[in-house]
Amino acid sequence: MPILDIRNLNVRFATQDGEVSAVNDVSLSVEKGECLGIVGESGSGKSQTFMAAMGLLAANGRANGEILFDGANLVGASEDAFNTVRGNRMSMIFQDPMTSLTPHMKIGRQLAEVLVHHRGASVVEARIQSLAMLKRVQIPEAERRLDMYPHELSGGLRQRVMIAMALLCSPEVIIADEPTTALDVTVQAQILDIIHDVKERLKTAVVLITHDLGVVAGLADRVAVMYAGRIVEVGDVGSIFSDPRHPYTKGLLACTPRLDDARQGIMTTIQGQPPNLQRLPSGCSFHPRCSYAAERCANERPALEIYGQGRARACFKDLKAA
Amino acid sequence: MMTQPFLQIRDLKVHFPVRTGGLFFGDYTALKAVDGISFDLKAGETLGVVGESGCGKSTLGRAVLQLVPATSGAVSWLGCDLTQQDKNEIKKCRQELQIVFQDPLASLDPRMTAGDIIAEPLRNYFPAMSNSERTAKVQDMMAKVGLLPGMVNRYPHEFSGGQCQRIGIARAMILKPKLIVCDEPVSALDVSIRAQVINLLMDLQKDFNLSLIFISHDLAVVRHISHRVLVLYLGKVMELAERESLYRAPRHPYTQALMAAVPIPDPDKERAKKRVILTGDPPSPLNPPSGCVFRTRCGQANERCVQEIPLLETASVGHEVSCHHWRNTLENRI
Repeated sequence: MPILDIRNLNVRFATQDGEVSAVNDVSLSVEKGECLGIVGESGSGKSQTFMAAMGLLAANGRANGEILFDGANLVGASEDAFNTVRGNRMSMIFQDPMTSLTPHMKIGRQLAEVLVHHRGASVVEARIQSLAMLKRVQIPEAERRLDMYPHELSGGLRQRVMIAMALLCSPEVIIADEPTTALDVTVQAQILDIIHDVKERLKTAVVLITHDLGVVAGLADRVAVMYAGRIVEVGDVGSIFSDPRHPYTKGLLACTPRLDDARQGIMTTIQGQPPNLQRLPSGCSFHPRCSYAAERCANERPALEIYGQGRARACFKDLKAA
Repeated sequence: MMTQPFLQIRDLKVHFPVRTGGLFFGDYTALKAVDGISFDLKAGETLGVVGESGCGKSTLGRAVLQLVPATSGAVSWLGCDLTQQDKNEIKKCRQELQIVFQDPLASLDPRMTAGDIIAEPLRNYFPAMSNSERTAKVQDMMAKVGLLPGMVNRYPHEFSGGQCQRIGIARAMILKPKLIVCDEPVSALDVSIRAQVINLLMDLQKDFNLSLIFISHDLAVVRHISHRVLVLYLGKVMELAERESLYRAPRHPYTQALMAAVPIPDPDKERAKKRVILTGDPPSPLNPPSGCVFRTRCGQANERCVQEIPLLETASVGHEVSCHHWRNTLENRI
């Protein structure tokens, strides 16, 4: 049984300009110990899907559908129910390590709080465990860091503190939302290594949300590609990269500049702009930008169809391997 | 392509005074954001500038345009040293030297329409120009950067990030400059939009024989757009080389580490790759290491690196590197 099973999830935000459909009919499952990569551009719904799973939607947001964590539905669950899961069995690493740590609390106290709250640990005990966790994520001079404030640490160290905090209660699922986007490449490599290590040694399931296909290629076992609040393609990491079957996935791969690519000149692009979520195009949301679009695509929405071992796509066109 | 250097930077230094210790009467220490950088730029050429946050790449770009005062050194634009000119002279030169910023929305005045934003440089430099001529030029430039003429009266918040960046580029291009400093112009954009903006910059470069200084932390984008690449670390040049020479055979251990750290969107290659890499973070620019500034994170550092500052040496034609060990670095490549 998957540890996290999202079924037909919709997330809507009520705004002054009308309703925004951020997530539309998304179904996803995360198996124990696997790393699921979620790829998409801004506004594709990749973050909001999992914010809903963590019960962290903004006040004007509403989720419906099912989010089954270890069999129990979290949609519409009480705050108390969320609190037993959140930060304990399922935790989250955010993009910006500065704004997600409390600025006026020492690192040690922020870490200890998690254990005191969820595990009823004593303060002394919590400090010992926090220290061990900081060492595990390779923070140098860990003991001294416990008594520092977040602003005294570099971005890379802050992100390690976030990871340590997420790991304290040995969660079954870690949701990493763009964990390395704010970091320099050399520091990004260090953080990705730690996440890899966590996944391998602790067998924690990791949901890796990112716009960087390179990051997904290195870590994920399976990949889901999202566009305009829907999943357009799912598959194992190898086949998504070597044999993309949705025009959007194909386009994304083609327009990503690669370090190992010596070509110059005009780059492949995806024409047009991502759609406005208040006024989604009819039919397939991608059709105004798709070079394969036919009349049917404007009238009818393709369903996410399974067509092979663990692979599915939402497209009428039968794209064959290149 | 002309061979006469358009822009010559010689031993450029930009130091900022930073108070260290003491609330009111503390001592000042120099933060060496840019510390002795020299390079030439030809007409129609793109120089990529790469490095991690805090390496001085943005300060370098701003110092070229004299948006921050140089502490010492020379910035010669067509033979005229901008650091020695008064404000009026610099203003004249700025017609030919423009900049595009990273954050597309923050760099546009929210209370001005797209048309006004793009027209502003014309108002500054040609106050006598008639309204109809100005409008025609603005419309023409909007078409060139891929904006519809009907968008002229819209405000910045009505545009997407990619479109805002096009407005920023149109504003920089309206005076037909010879050089544009692009400070992380695509970092804030989505992947599918990023390629569109890079194509636009390359098109404009071809049409107007523009020189570009392309500042970015993204080594893959830089490889695509640059003719030559400058690698910075703590305000100093680590390596300066022709694009292919640098990417095929990076000589400096820092360049090698940077390249090794960039994830490649190919699971087989990415997983086969030997990771890591550099440990730790770059040291504080307020208190840089003695000798070679990179030595504290370098696997090949020895006693000499502690004592002696490496000079920029020519490793091959058009490939300069500042490392005591450059002759051996290719064998030890990570």
